[in-house]
Amino acid sequence: MPTVAPLDLDGHCVAAAFLSGVPHFAMADGLVHRLDNGHKTVEAHDGLLCATLDGAANRLLTGGEDGKVCAVTADGAAVTLAEAPRKWINAIAAGPNGAVAFAEGRNAHVVLPDGKAKVLAHPRSVEGLAFAPKGLRLAAARYNGATLHFPATDGKPVELEWAGAHIDVSFSPGGEFLVTTMQENALHGWKLADGKHMRMTGYPAKVKSWSWSAKGKWLATSGAPAAIVWPFQGKDGPMGKAPLELGTRGDSMVTCIACHPAEDLVAIGYADGMILAVRFADGREAVLRRGGKAAITSMGWDRDGIRVAFGSQAGDCGVIDIRA
Amino acid sequence: MSEAANPVPVTVLTGYLGSGKTTLLNRILSEDHGKRYAVIVNEFGEIGIDNDLIVESDEEIYEMNNGCVCCTVRGDLVRVVQGLMRRPGRFDAILVETTGLADPAPVAQTFFMDDDVRAKTRLDAVVALVDAKHLPLRLKDSREAEDQIAFADVVLLNKTDLVSPEELAEVEHLVRAINPSARIHRTQRSAIALEQVLDRGAFDLQRALDNDPHFLEHDHPDHECGPHCDHDHDHHHHDHGHEHHDHAHDHDHHHHDHGAVSAIHDLTVKSVSLRAGEMNPQRFFPWIEKITQTQGPDILRLKGIVAFAGDEERYVVQGVHMIVEGDHQRPWKDGEKRESRMVFIGRNLDPELLERTFKACEA
Repeated sequence: MPTVAPLDLDGHCVAAAFLSGVPHFAMADGLVHRLDNGHKTVEAHDGLLCATLDGAANRLLTGGEDGKVCAVTADGAAVTLAEAPRKWINAIAAGPNGAVAFAEGRNAHVVLPDGKAKVLAHPRSVEGLAFAPKGLRLAAARYNGATLHFPATDGKPVELEWAGAHIDVSFSPGGEFLVTTMQENALHGWKLADGKHMRMTGYPAKVKSWSWSAKGKWLATSGAPAAIVWPFQGKDGPMGKAPLELGTRGDSMVTCIACHPAEDLVAIGYADGMILAVRFADGREAVLRRGGKAAITSMGWDRDGIRVAFGSQAGDCGVIDIRA
Repeated sequence: MSEAANPVPVTVLTGYLGSGKTTLLNRILSEDHGKRYAVIVNEFGEIGIDNDLIVESDEEIYEMNNGCVCCTVRGDLVRVVQGLMRRPGRFDAILVETTGLADPAPVAQTFFMDDDVRAKTRLDAVVALVDAKHLPLRLKDSREAEDQIAFADVVLLNKTDLVSPEELAEVEHLVRAINPSARIHRTQRSAIALEQVLDRGAFDLQRALDNDPHFLEHDHPDHECGPHCDHDHDHHHHDHGHEHHDHAHDHDHHHHDHGAVSAIHDLTVKSVSLRAGEMNPQRFFPWIEKITQTQGPDILRLKGIVAFAGDEERYVVQGVHMIVEGDHQRPWKDGEKRESRMVFIGRNLDPELLERTFKACEA
């Protein structure tokens, strides 16, 4: 039976993640908590809006209402990387070799590995950002599509068009596909080699959490009473194939998804605070957490795939050890 | 849809550049009312108060990808409101100030169409500021000025010190011609008791019509305007436009109306008030669905009280473009006349068709 070590904090948990094996919890009030031989905190922002794990650099990147972009490191420091005074930092992404991208209003900013900064202006708001797994390629989700930039060069951006508002964006781990979440209850995707479209619809709610499986074969998503898991093994992605539905419940919606770092296994968080682990191959379920005060908003696995850090909308966070 | 126990009220301020929006905003933020506001503005501009939570946001109109051109939301509001609501303890209410040229529909629709926003907030009222001096001119050259009035629950007829009493009466009549159900307040320098603007519950089906006991009764022969009716009582003014041919007989007192004549004729928005007896729900619901599906883009607002045959409770409906919602409000009172009343505010409305099809829903 897995064990849960609870950590009761205040407010909305934006990100739960491990740095050097230490669970970190980035909260909307701007405090980042960690369980490192006791409960410790560092103040990253006055109001934290977005956060993402930069696994390669072993740091948590955060953006805030205070216009700051910070890196929280495993030693408990919060370093300001960039500032856009009086702007809200709405999106943040970690790139190869320490590259960082963030968005405020209609601008995407990139800090390149050599420290050079670049501003990429868009005609409409930049809603989401993601770096490609290899090479310095940045995707920005925007109204009516996504824009692909090559910020290390002065190359012309590539525009991918699809009507509607695109909110978040992600490359498949192999770099062949780009997928967005939309204001509608749908995902959209492009096969980058030929620009072929992929429509992934049928969700009863907006997709707000997603995660690629270990080898990039699957994309698991929230937005339904089950985790909707799209097959990406074929060269045309999920087109013409039905998704898996894992961890189906009649009484609660899936709000958060985190794929295991090595196995074809996914941690699924629900609106009532429950967390299940479900295997792709046979759909077998294990209860990791029975429930809590509010919807699960973030989960992160440690490197070994043994522990899951989780946080909720109401601040009831914790760490699950799946071995015990 | 699960709704929060205490959704945060949101007030939308619209109005042309120079109508007094910023003055009103500064008044709301500086008066000692014990409430804290989060304010979403397009530009920090001249807001002189910095101890409140003020967020600058680029107006982003997002059309929903569902083939409906009027299904639009403000994408930036979805994002900012979500961000604000992650730390709800900081404020009691949200104010949204729109740009002078803004179409209020996407702002209002955001609070109905986005599930996350809807779960945590409630649209309280749309307040339009109108510059009494420049309104006739604005109506000539912009559709937005008309839309803003048509959409409003509360209209502040501002800068009344800059116009003569006759001009003011004409402007008020213009506003009333566009929107017969809005509350109109005459103000100078946006001075208004804040309870007239904030926490109105105008989109709350339970409250909206209780605040307006004489909803749609003003053109009814039985209705006598009392001190609580803040509707236009200057009934004599609106005939002037049609008295052009009388000039020969009546040289003195119609000169000031010439501007108003053309202004009224410039209006593209009008309202259609409907009245019928008890309704058959099997006819009424398909009817309202069809009207809003086919004429949604032209319908700016609709409101109504419906009496269903055999139903002991009043049914109230309201809508913005294609979005319609309705609910039972309260039991009919003894002696209260069980009839159905609706008002549509919009463009290209066919009063005869609406009236005929509405009547056809009678039980």
